Amino acid sequence: MKHMTKRKREIIAGYLFLAPNFLGFLLFSFLPVLASVGISLTDWNISGQFHPVGLENYRYMFAGDPKFYTILGNTLYFTLLYVPIVLIASLGLALLVNRGYRTVIVFRFMYFLPVVTSAVAASMVFQWIYNQEFGLLNYLLGILGVPKVAWLTDLRIVMFSVVFVNIWKNAGKLMVIYLAGLQGIPGYLYEAAEIDGANAAQKFFSITVPMISPTTFFILITSVIDSFQVFEIVFTLTGGGPLDATRTLVTYIYDMSFTRFRMGYACALAIVLFIIIFVFTVFQFRLQKKWVQADV
Amino acid sequence: MLVNKRIQSGIKNTVVYVLMIAVALVMILPFLWMVSTSFKEMGQVLIFPPEWIPKPFVIHNYSEAWELAKFNLFFRNSAIVTLLTTAGQLVTCSLAAFAFARLEFPGRDQIFLIYLATMMIPTQVTLIPLYLLMKQFGWIDTFSGLIVPGIFSAYGTFMLRQFFIGIPKSLDESAVIDGCGYIRIYWQILLPLSKAALATQAVFCFMWQWNNLLWPLVMTNTDSHRTLTVGMQLFKGQYSIAWNLLMAGSVISVIPILILYIFLQKYFVEGIAMTGMKD
Repeated sequence: MKHMTKRKREIIAGYLFLAPNFLGFLLFSFLPVLASVGISLTDWNISGQFHPVGLENYRYMFAGDPKFYTILGNTLYFTLLYVPIVLIASLGLALLVNRGYRTVIVFRFMYFLPVVTSAVAASMVFQWIYNQEFGLLNYLLGILGVPKVAWLTDLRIVMFSVVFVNIWKNAGKLMVIYLAGLQGIPGYLYEAAEIDGANAAQKFFSITVPMISPTTFFILITSVIDSFQVFEIVFTLTGGGPLDATRTLVTYIYDMSFTRFRMGYACALAIVLFIIIFVFTVFQFRLQKKWVQADV
Repeated sequence: MLVNKRIQSGIKNTVVYVLMIAVALVMILPFLWMVSTSFKEMGQVLIFPPEWIPKPFVIHNYSEAWELAKFNLFFRNSAIVTLLTTAGQLVTCSLAAFAFARLEFPGRDQIFLIYLATMMIPTQVTLIPLYLLMKQFGWIDTFSGLIVPGIFSAYGTFMLRQFFIGIPKSLDESAVIDGCGYIRIYWQILLPLSKAALATQAVFCFMWQWNNLLWPLVMTNTDSHRTLTVGMQLFKGQYSIAWNLLMAGSVISVIPILILYIFLQKYFVEGIAMTGMKD
């Protein structure tokens, strides 16, 4: 090793440090992605042979599968409801606990509690809270004189119930990220605005909102990705029912692959899901220039 | 004027507190409900209006749930999978992050881009081929199958790289002059300075693995390697009306993560703040 040049040693060290992670990454992340594309072009059903079928799975998805558009619609509907509300809710939480008092730590902890709970445990509690006859929610509403609502069985309402649990579960995580962003805003901006006589609303909209726009952008991107991939809460809370009203793409993929064993079709669904997420993400990066403050 | 201002800020503080408490109630009500129910007798559970303080107050739900849901086994399995995956991730990700942040070698930036790109791909895309790969390896329903694919995280590498970049390079340059090798720079300079980032990474990974449902659900087909989340999901199916037992099980499953969070919380918030989103 001694007579090797410094440059050469650095290159070798670079590859060696990277190797354990990179090899695992290639084998367990990158290779499976390529394989998925391959399997999506076959009619493989786990036990039989691979028969190449060309784009038949994709044709069936768009032109034959009676459920596909419902499920795609559900996924978009979920995203449309979830993303804006969770953004506002998590920013609201962050603003609420972005203070210097000691007691605030306790509140931060309480807001973060849902994040650390497993989806299975959370769903169990909510199944009960939502229970039409004996649930807590209908009990509380009953006190106010509201008639009983079928939170998990009414086709028009169930999606809202699912969205709410997801917001409840994730808002605390995004709150922590927003807190990091809020703490990066220099205090003198607010002081200067106060001298100019700005009120709280003016300060919020002309300082806070633009200054945290990079954080908002990050949260928007990751929340859209997460909501397109929503699985655990749906799977454990409603299982996709009633009558497919809450079935989303990923629960459908799970169903196709591990209960109906239509692996080829399931892979095709997964690839389409990826393309949708990719297009949305690129689109958001394009739009970013219009509203994200550069150079903050 | 001054008194007026004081009253004003007093009112403002009160409003903020009332708001914080109201939100906290919504956030923790499900927990209180869960905890309260876990101490109730079966007959008490469905009483209307609901009672928040169980009468009688019983603790046998916990031992019963522990037995019925085979928590001995599932708890141990979850602990093994979560701890080993977290440890593995810290090792491989910090090594790779060191290479990405500190060393120059051909292809580095291209490889990093591939890492970033795969973060965008839904895990479901890789789920099926990964399952097949595990079948090839003979790893279905084994700890290897549950642990090994999880220890090479692009997300973790990305986060640690961002943190390493933030540590002044002059520190390791002076070490190089002193004749330190790369291993010592990594081990004696960067890692000790990155406790916050490593703790954050550990909490994230632990939380994710402990609560992960999809992969263990797919990978296990007997109880011998099932994790707590899968066990709970099955238990839920079998005892769907025994709410008191289900809630006791839920409480048990949440406790380890709560403890970890409380211990690491000061690192945790700092770690996220340091990695920042502005980079």
